[in-house]
Amino acid sequence: MFKVNGTEQSLEGIDPSTPLLWVLRDTLGLVGTKYGCGIAQCGACTVHLNGQPIRACVTPISAIEGQAITTIEGLATDKLNAVQQAWIDYDVAQCGYCQAGQIMTAVALLKDKPAPTDADIDQAMSGNICRCGTYVRIRQAIHAAAKGGVA
Amino acid sequence: MSFSADSYISEIIAEFEQAPRNVPRAFSRRSILKFTGAAGAGLVLAFSLTPSSAEAAAAMAAKDFAPNVFLRVAPDGGIVIISKGPEIGQGIKTAFPLIIAEEMDAAWADVRVEQAMINPAIYGRQSAGGSTSIPNSWDQLRRAGATARAMLIAAAAKQWNVPASECTASASKVIHAASNREATYGSLAIKAAALPVPDATKLTLKTRSEYKLLGNRFTGVDNLAVVTGKPLFGIDQTVPGMLYAVYEKCPAVGGKVASANLDYIKTLPGVKDAFVLEGNGITSEVMPGVAIVADSTWSAFKAKRALQVVWDESGASKDSWTKIIADAKRIAKQAGADSIQKIGNVDEALKGAAKTVEAFYSYPFVPHATLEPQGCTAWFKGDEIEMWVTSQTPERARTNVAKMLNLAEEKVVMHQLRAGGGFGRRLVNDPVSEAAAIAQRVNAPVKLQWTREDDMRHDFYRPGGFHQFTGGLDANGKLIAWRGHFITFTSDGKTPVSGGNIAATEFPAPLLANAEITQTMLPLMTPCGAWRAPRSNAIAFAVQSFIHELAVAAGRDHVEFLLEIMGEPRWMAPQNPGALNTGRAAAVVKLAAEKSGWGQPLPKGRGRGLAFHFSHAGHFAEVAEVSVDAQKRITVHKVTVAGDVGPIINLSGAENQCQGAVTDGLSTMLNLQVGIENGRILEGNFTEYPILRMKNAPIVEAHFIQSDFPPTGLGEPALPPVAPAIANAVFAASGLRLRNMPLRNEGVTI
Ligand code: FES
Ligand code: FES
Repeated sequence: MFKVNGTEQSLEGIDPSTPLLWVLRDTLGLVGTKYGCGIAQCGACTVHLNGQPIRACVTPISAIEGQAITTIEGLATDKLNAVQQAWIDYDVAQCGYCQAGQIMTAVALLKDKPAPTDADIDQAMSGNICRCGTYVRIRQAIHAAAKGGVA
Repeated sequence: MSFSADSYISEIIAEFEQAPRNVPRAFSRRSILKFTGAAGAGLVLAFSLTPSSAEAAAAMAAKDFAPNVFLRVAPDGGIVIISKGPEIGQGIKTAFPLIIAEEMDAAWADVRVEQAMINPAIYGRQSAGGSTSIPNSWDQLRRAGATARAMLIAAAAKQWNVPASECTASASKVIHAASNREATYGSLAIKAAALPVPDATKLTLKTRSEYKLLGNRFTGVDNLAVVTGKPLFGIDQTVPGMLYAVYEKCPAVGGKVASANLDYIKTLPGVKDAFVLEGNGITSEVMPGVAIVADSTWSAFKAKRALQVVWDESGASKDSWTKIIADAKRIAKQAGADSIQKIGNVDEALKGAAKTVEAFYSYPFVPHATLEPQGCTAWFKGDEIEMWVTSQTPERARTNVAKMLNLAEEKVVMHQLRAGGGFGRRLVNDPVSEAAAIAQRVNAPVKLQWTREDDMRHDFYRPGGFHQFTGGLDANGKLIAWRGHFITFTSDGKTPVSGGNIAATEFPAPLLANAEITQTMLPLMTPCGAWRAPRSNAIAFAVQSFIHELAVAAGRDHVEFLLEIMGEPRWMAPQNPGALNTGRAAAVVKLAAEKSGWGQPLPKGRGRGLAFHFSHAGHFAEVAEVSVDAQKRITVHKVTVAGDVGPIINLSGAENQCQGAVTDGLSTMLNLQVGIENGRILEGNFTEYPILRMKNAPIVEAHFIQSDFPPTGLGEPALPPVAPAIANAVFAASGLRLRNMPLRNEGVTI
């Protein structure tokens, strides 16, 4: 068993070597988490494990037994997370494919450092590729979300 | 019609699908049609977007003319636009509706956009490539908006019994100022639908100064769905009962399957089937390989790793990049066999030159590496196939599939999904054809998923290339002669590979008194294709760097030297948006210089570099400000972009495209290449193909000259000047001349 976005999910019958990414996407239908490289190089598959960002493409489900996962679908509760809102306000996305992973990494950063510097942001976001080159807007949106008081 | 949440539009489209020839003949004489199909629908206009006015005229004349865009003003005030353009990151899904909304004076908040399904019989040509989407549609979209506005005003005028000329419109309302009355579009929609459609060609369109929406910043219409992880992309498609497929092709293109351990693969957990496809031998469709079909992506990926194929490589590519480089260097100084351009007498001019400069430039093959790897979902149902695609040329994909499966085109039902990046990769539809071929063998819907390694190793690459230049300067430092030998590739022995040609009009040849461009084509099997700003993305690096070398040799300021080459303002082929306009060119150079602080002193180790390039109807000049340290480590502080693509539709989208183009340009020039040996692409994933990360993303300042020329796209033309501007800045900062991309091969790091 493990929890995804607050809901208990059974892992029964699933090959324990299966990366969390494919369980989320193929088994649970949570397709917001993306496949980009499969080897922890691009960050498209970033989700939170007990609040910490991890790469779902290299995390076998055997490693998350009994733990809590949050995906992009579970980020907004009654309203959007400040990071999501900032992404809309700053029109960050181009193709948009990397952005779920970028947002998950950014949310974790702001939990850790509510008022990050540019260097903090660059460091935290260094595992997330944006092929469309939206990096500067991502940085602006993170600063904006931080100012909006994300705790 | 699950693709549209708007049931009225769906009904109307369904009507069309079932009986396109039921459209009354009278409609074919009009460019904009009114629909009264569904009761209570409100005002529904339908019109046709076509790539060119000639095609528009042909479409109008065709017996079965059918519109391809729908605009509905609902009685509740909602405005729905079915947008035809594939969304691949250039923001078309936002830009098209903005153009309509502007002319119809709609409040942007009332407008909702839906993606069209791919049926060329209904939607006409749908593609996103060559930055053509906006220019092709500009006039048609504006006239549709103006038509809706005129009908809504007419409805209000009738209701109030006042002349229409006394009414104005603003923010989804018609206003009669004289009597202080106003009516919302929603309240007028049904009445407007009862009125005749005015002649769209007689409507007066707004001038640029009257724009309220266009030129402002708008956030993309899909952004909420993007940030909440809604299923949007090709890879997100699920169909009940769907299986998952992978496809293994020969690492050297052209190889065939000799044998494979299919029996073993079929015993692996989750694997449902494994089989060989002969393919049709067309690289853009289906090449031979092994398909594995499984119950999950992971089962399929795992089985693919256990797959062992013996390839018959007798007819396969033996291409070698190291051999190509050696060959190119050996022949560079000769003239090429093909004459591309010849003006005046270059030999004579060089003999009389006060100074001559020579240089050799090179650049490698690069894949597109869209962040969403290629893939496609297909469901073969015996006499019909339903597909979910992320194509930049969906109509071509459909034709290919129909032909391959021997189905009528209308039996290929295609749904267009958002693509995680295009950059030209999705102009070629090999994953679509592969998915169709696999689906034909599988009694269920099936999603074909390429791995990242598949994606990087089976691309249609931006071809590498080489340029040997000689330039001649007179005693005043004026450029009087230009000779270029372009070394490229051919796969048919006759024409250059896709994306590997050079035009006779390539800057600066046609502007000079003596110029010569020759070409050599080396044989190649590796597939090539269009890559963001095809040709220009690489040629601009060589040409604009060499022009800087000449300016330096002449001891002259680069801006002034470039402006002298451009000369008097003239349009090289008047009224042809694809032709250089030296007036617009000079204007962007001056703007880039002014905005970047050109000529102002910089600290030691820091320099500015300039480059201009004209491509895809866009004039762009860029200035990079770069520091270089003793270890050849560079910092790109800022890139100033000055562009003229006519009026800007969505400023936010335009700036985002410039930002993306500069980041892509820097990333590619600095670190990106694929090697080819024994026909094999060496790199497979982002470890070996290190796309630029956030900390190195340059700050971009974009400035636009908003001229009254029809708007053209900027997804592509902002890219080519990036590399030469940065290379020229490195020279200004350090004296280091960089002539070979990627720069990391020359020891440059960031
Ligand atoms: S898919 Fe997991 S990091 Fe790229
Ligand atoms: S927006 Fe396309 S990869 Fe980031």
